[in-house]
Amino acid sequence: MAEQQAEKEQIDDVLAGDYQAGFVTDIEVDSLPPGLTEDTVREISRIKGEPEFLLEWRLQAYRHWLTLETPEWAHVHYPEVDYQAISYYSAPKKKTDGPKSLDEVDPELLKTYEKLGVPLDERARLAGVAVDAVFDSVSVANTFQDKLAEEGILFMPFSKAVHEHPELIKKYLGSVVSYKDNFYAALNSALFSDGSFVYIPKGKRCPMELSTYFRINAANTGQFERTLIIADDDAYVSYLEGCTAPMRDDNQLHAAVVELVAHDRAEIKYSTVQNWYPGDENGKGGIFNFVTKRAACRGESSKVSWTQVETGSAVTWKYPSVILQGDNSIGEFYSVAVTNNLQQADTGTKMIHLGKNTSSTIISKGISAGRSENSYRGLVRIGPNAENARNHTECDSLLMGDQCGAHTFPYIEVKNPTAQVEHEASTSKISEDQLFYCKQRGMDVEDAVSMIVNGFCKDVMRQLPMEFAVEAQNLLGLSLEGSVG
Amino acid sequence: MLEIKNLHASVDGKEILKGINLTINAGEVHAIMGPNGAGKSTLSNVLAGRDGYEITQGEVLYKNEDLLALAAEERAQRGVFLAFQYPVEIPGVSNIYLLKAALNAVRKYQGLDDLDAIDFLTLVRSKLELVKMDEQFLHRGVNEGFSGGEKKRNEILQMALLEPSLAILDETDSGLDIDALRTVSDGVNALRSADRSIVMITHYQRLLDYIVPDFVHVLSNGQIVKSGDKELAKELEKTGYSWVNEEA
Repeated sequence: MAEQQAEKEQIDDVLAGDYQAGFVTDIEVDSLPPGLTEDTVREISRIKGEPEFLLEWRLQAYRHWLTLETPEWAHVHYPEVDYQAISYYSAPKKKTDGPKSLDEVDPELLKTYEKLGVPLDERARLAGVAVDAVFDSVSVANTFQDKLAEEGILFMPFSKAVHEHPELIKKYLGSVVSYKDNFYAALNSALFSDGSFVYIPKGKRCPMELSTYFRINAANTGQFERTLIIADDDAYVSYLEGCTAPMRDDNQLHAAVVELVAHDRAEIKYSTVQNWYPGDENGKGGIFNFVTKRAACRGESSKVSWTQVETGSAVTWKYPSVILQGDNSIGEFYSVAVTNNLQQADTGTKMIHLGKNTSSTIISKGISAGRSENSYRGLVRIGPNAENARNHTECDSLLMGDQCGAHTFPYIEVKNPTAQVEHEASTSKISEDQLFYCKQRGMDVEDAVSMIVNGFCKDVMRQLPMEFAVEAQNLLGLSLEGSVG
Repeated sequence: MLEIKNLHASVDGKEILKGINLTINAGEVHAIMGPNGAGKSTLSNVLAGRDGYEITQGEVLYKNEDLLALAAEERAQRGVFLAFQYPVEIPGVSNIYLLKAALNAVRKYQGLDDLDAIDFLTLVRSKLELVKMDEQFLHRGVNEGFSGGEKKRNEILQMALLEPSLAILDETDSGLDIDALRTVSDGVNALRSADRSIVMITHYQRLLDYIVPDFVHVLSNGQIVKSGDKELAKELEKTGYSWVNEEA
């Protein structure tokens, strides 16, 4: 009896300690009071000193948003968001217009990223990864910018790009995800505060991984970041994105938009490890993650790969998609979505085949534990002109325990008779036999679960860049700790 | 090495083991034979620490320690190894990953550092020869798509790597053709040593032609009803198990 109690306490400890990014940074901030009106939009634009065209665009988006209703088709349930209770801008106080070098960055902030395992000191970092760090509403540090600029590669905070390259922003902003696209995209277009901007010129292979690390710190703040990546003809870039937030009892809103454009023969690899605070074991707190991510394979033989490992957030609503316009273009979506306790995820992709000989691959691995709900929702559309289009889809679900749910909602629309579309789906459970086998070989339950789950996700994990794969593997283990035994 | 005293165990309230007494010294090889339903698999599962068995009476000492108080993984770390009758598949996990995780779990208990990748590979290669397995086995999913013989050889490979003090081989001969049986037996024989005890659980005498035991026990209706040397197994082969039941 005492033994059982001790074991239970051990498990509780592990569970309680499992969100390691849950600390709060004590730092002075400039923020807007809660509330949302047209003036909020004007104020954000004013703070950022934006050109007129961008303010106009924001206002159009805001006015459009007012006409929209919250989407309710996803398999998720959450209390209505009070948009008047949220502050739409929060930035660490600073004296100048933005840190010119890391020496000007508040040491408290540097410490925050150090603690998260994202050191921003270029000398201390392993070479090969450039980082943009977004803290609440603004970018606080951006490493290796100068070195990349020598190659003609632009990697900078979005707000800086607005000033330095307005022609590129004008040309591409909203060209993949229109502000009319959906409720959250409209909200983001009106209110976005910062994010990353990447432009890879013709024929350039970006020599290092680019990464953005998003951190929500302030309470009652929404984070609305905007990322825009353009790979010109024959260019290549691999981009990584990581996310964390402190543990707070209130839900916080995160509504990002990511747009990718790949021109002729260009390739963009976009990897995400999403570890927003998921809420506690009773479903209290956590991030609402309502994100619109879409890529346009505009050029012929272009390629875009989305790889995501989603372990965090209370509610996730996210469908990284590819519009395959160029002939022979390729779209890929590799996803691992883990839900535990009372988390809910409705995630998947859309592959829109427009060009000839376009092909897409979807591999989705959903892992549900606790009392969570995990849904895959995917659309494969083959347009009338997409001769010889091909899609291969694999959706696998792994259940842990008997109180969680796994759902698959595949939509297939084929308007060209030459198309080949394959869909495979499976649902399995971690078996007692597998666990006993591992234990009999000396492994404890946590290691065994982590190993079995990582095996289940292998096809996705091996798509991740090396630096990220290890982090993602550990995260999978951590997210599921205490869910068995 | 192992001392089983008056062991009673039940599954779902039904008593399967009804007072087992057995002492196994270091270096000895014991065969436990018996008809289906005698409790052979229950005995191996109870010794290995599988959930779902209730110990109602008796005790088991392993190296003078209360074995039944230990969790399955703690028993494994202390050198208790079970070669499974039906090794389970773990899709996507490479064999080499499992082997490494298992070895490092045991080493950790022994206070040793993890082996680095090169030392580990060298060690595994030397063990592969023992069971005549190709290196490509290491990179396949654990037991994924393995034939019956491959699965059993894989179990012996793990045993060779982990070097247990007490190895329990549960129906290791089942599903093996004669060549595979010989390979597996050669592997086990190579692992016989003065400080390692082996318990073979088997229905048939056939395995004992290849791995010759020091002692043979007949398990029937949850009790050991007869013990002897290898001649007892031959007797059983001739007469079947029915006389045992009658005699008991």
